[in-house]
Amino acid sequence: MKLTGSQIVTECLIEQGVTDVFGYPGGQVLNIYDALYKAGDRINHILTAHEQGAAHAADGYARATGKVGVVIATSGPGATNLVTGIANAMLDSVAMVAITGNVPTHLIGKDSFQEIDITGVTLPITKHNYFIKDINDLAPCLREAFQLAKSGRPGPVLVDIPKDVQLATAEFTPEGVVPRLPERKSRDKRFDEAVKLINECQRPYIYIGGGVMSRNLGDEIIALSEKIDGCIGCTFMGLSSVPDSCNRFLGMQGMHGHYASSMANKKADLIIGIGVRFSDRATGNTLKYAESAKIVQLDVDRAEINKNIPVDVALVGDLKDSLSRILEAVDKKERPEWKSEIEELKKEEALIEKTNLENAKGLHPKYIFDVINKYKTAETVVATDVGQHQMWAAQFTRFTKSRKFISSGGLGTMGYGLGAAIGSAIGTGEKAVLVTGDGSFGMNLNELATAVTYNVPLVIVLLNNGVLGMVHQWQNLFFGKRYSNSVLDRKTDFVLLAEAFGAKGERTDNVEDFERLFSEAMKSEGTTVIEVLINEDEFVLPMLPPGGSIDDIIVSIPKEDKQ
Amino acid sequence: MSRYVIAVYVDNKPGVLTRVSSMFTRRGFNIDTLTVGEIENPAYSRITISLSGDEYTKNQIVVQLNKLHNVQKVKVLADESAIRRELMIIKMKNNPHNRAEIMAAAEVYKGKIIDYSVETISVEVTGEPVKIDAFIELMKPLGILEMCRTGIVAIERGSETMFSQEL
Repeated sequence: MKLTGSQIVTECLIEQGVTDVFGYPGGQVLNIYDALYKAGDRINHILTAHEQGAAHAADGYARATGKVGVVIATSGPGATNLVTGIANAMLDSVAMVAITGNVPTHLIGKDSFQEIDITGVTLPITKHNYFIKDINDLAPCLREAFQLAKSGRPGPVLVDIPKDVQLATAEFTPEGVVPRLPERKSRDKRFDEAVKLINECQRPYIYIGGGVMSRNLGDEIIALSEKIDGCIGCTFMGLSSVPDSCNRFLGMQGMHGHYASSMANKKADLIIGIGVRFSDRATGNTLKYAESAKIVQLDVDRAEINKNIPVDVALVGDLKDSLSRILEAVDKKERPEWKSEIEELKKEEALIEKTNLENAKGLHPKYIFDVINKYKTAETVVATDVGQHQMWAAQFTRFTKSRKFISSGGLGTMGYGLGAAIGSAIGTGEKAVLVTGDGSFGMNLNELATAVTYNVPLVIVLLNNGVLGMVHQWQNLFFGKRYSNSVLDRKTDFVLLAEAFGAKGERTDNVEDFERLFSEAMKSEGTTVIEVLINEDEFVLPMLPPGGSIDDIIVSIPKEDKQ
Repeated sequence: MSRYVIAVYVDNKPGVLTRVSSMFTRRGFNIDTLTVGEIENPAYSRITISLSGDEYTKNQIVVQLNKLHNVQKVKVLADESAIRRELMIIKMKNNPHNRAEIMAAAEVYKGKIIDYSVETISVEVTGEPVKIDAFIELMKPLGILEMCRTGIVAIERGSETMFSQEL
């Protein structure tokens, strides 16, 4: 059948199994929005308050569901407003397709109204992008965009469509959902070396990241840890891929990682990195990272091998394949000494946590997360923004299912959380929890309008300490307590603000009230904002100082040194 | 630091060169020369990149190039087996004092006089980059008006080709 470019866009989306798209209309996508209107019974469009919110929503939707997130924006400012969201998806390897309109081809290059070379702008922050000049390329490129976004290491792909291409017509035949591209299998020689290293090691540390989440390999990871009697630690991006109830799981390691996890990483004689990229936030000083350990790395992206940390053996290829073969080939072996060492580390960690709770100035955020853990279900997504609250969430939230922790890791995007939480709630149909801070929330709180309009089931826990907490912490520790521009002397009343948007607003400064408010909010419909007042001098601990190694770990800070 | 030549087969499409060169900027890799041209199959172009760098840089460039969707094949050409050529056109002042010397040098270097006017002589020289460098050194005292170099193109000796082994 002959369709217009705009119809081809909507038909391709529907054909690729897309049920929800996020976006914002404008001059150069009017035709696409007209086609969406006509296809409204087959595809749902969520209008956000700002294109950035739409991009983060598509990202959160993709992370929570494992599907490809889709965002649509107009040319010029619409497209540039997507940029942070696209970069965020790129750095966290999130499958996303961004569709932008552009001025008609005869106006391209003339600095026309709302004309921006968005393929040029997004070149370094997309897996690939397309500028469609010919209507006959439109459907094949859209299909390829979906395929690239979800294949191998996932990532964002942008398709820029000039208005005249949206209006032109071409023959269109619906096709099926494009499959992921097949992955190469890791080489046998390397495979044998990896198995040998695992069999011969004494202190194995299974180190999992976003790749494990992406391929849903939590069960295989636990099976491996049991077979080799090793412990499991994760990167920030690996959180929730293995349930916290797993006794071998030590949590996140790195700059603000769990003490036991970071120390086990240091003491290990073999690190088995699976879907990790050894980011600077995870390794600290690379020269001192894992000095006494051999490293085996499993990853789908060959470019991650030896990029940040030189490894001894690398298996490049589909993680599911590599991991299941490793799992089968390695010897079952008890490692009781390592196990008891780990138990010692856990005891040390418990003592450190106890000290830190005692040193708290006022309500320690851990108690907030205890309440959240108590009232959320296995299906509840916990999204965060970026800063202290994010690290506390990473340390204290407990998960039982994969894809339930949604947060901006690589880019560290303040303002990511609200959009992402909305996207994940819409994607899963479940109530979501957003943990945010007063700084991050201020960046994109306009999306409260979206949450209220679509009656999104959402509980927003706003930890308000009146400062840009993480900046404040660094300034306290490393800049002689000179709090340059980190004190938010704002007069915002978040309860009134929530109500102005049509949401429910609550405020508390104690955990008893919080428990009551949170449990009620989890039961009620729609969106609730609970502002929790906490002390500005509470620190995220442990902490590896910037550029430092695990030897420089700061585990606690006396109460009197905090102001 | 060693010198490398990397040959890259890419889709012959608009914007592909930008994607390749943008990756170099983005990752902080410095390149010495970059040339690009169509090959026997018009669907593809061949980019030849020469650079100085350590083993880490070379390996990173290869894997990062391979990640680009429009890159079809990447190969590092081994220094000992690569035939490397470059072409230069150099425009010299033409006067009675240097004319004979330019002509003599061009002959020794198997260069060609490709333009001759009352005031200028233009010479084309082809060969290994070191040969071109040497010719430029000879010309410097004689008054160079303008010059341009193509950058390196390279191919392997013998039966070895871009596609004869898996990377």
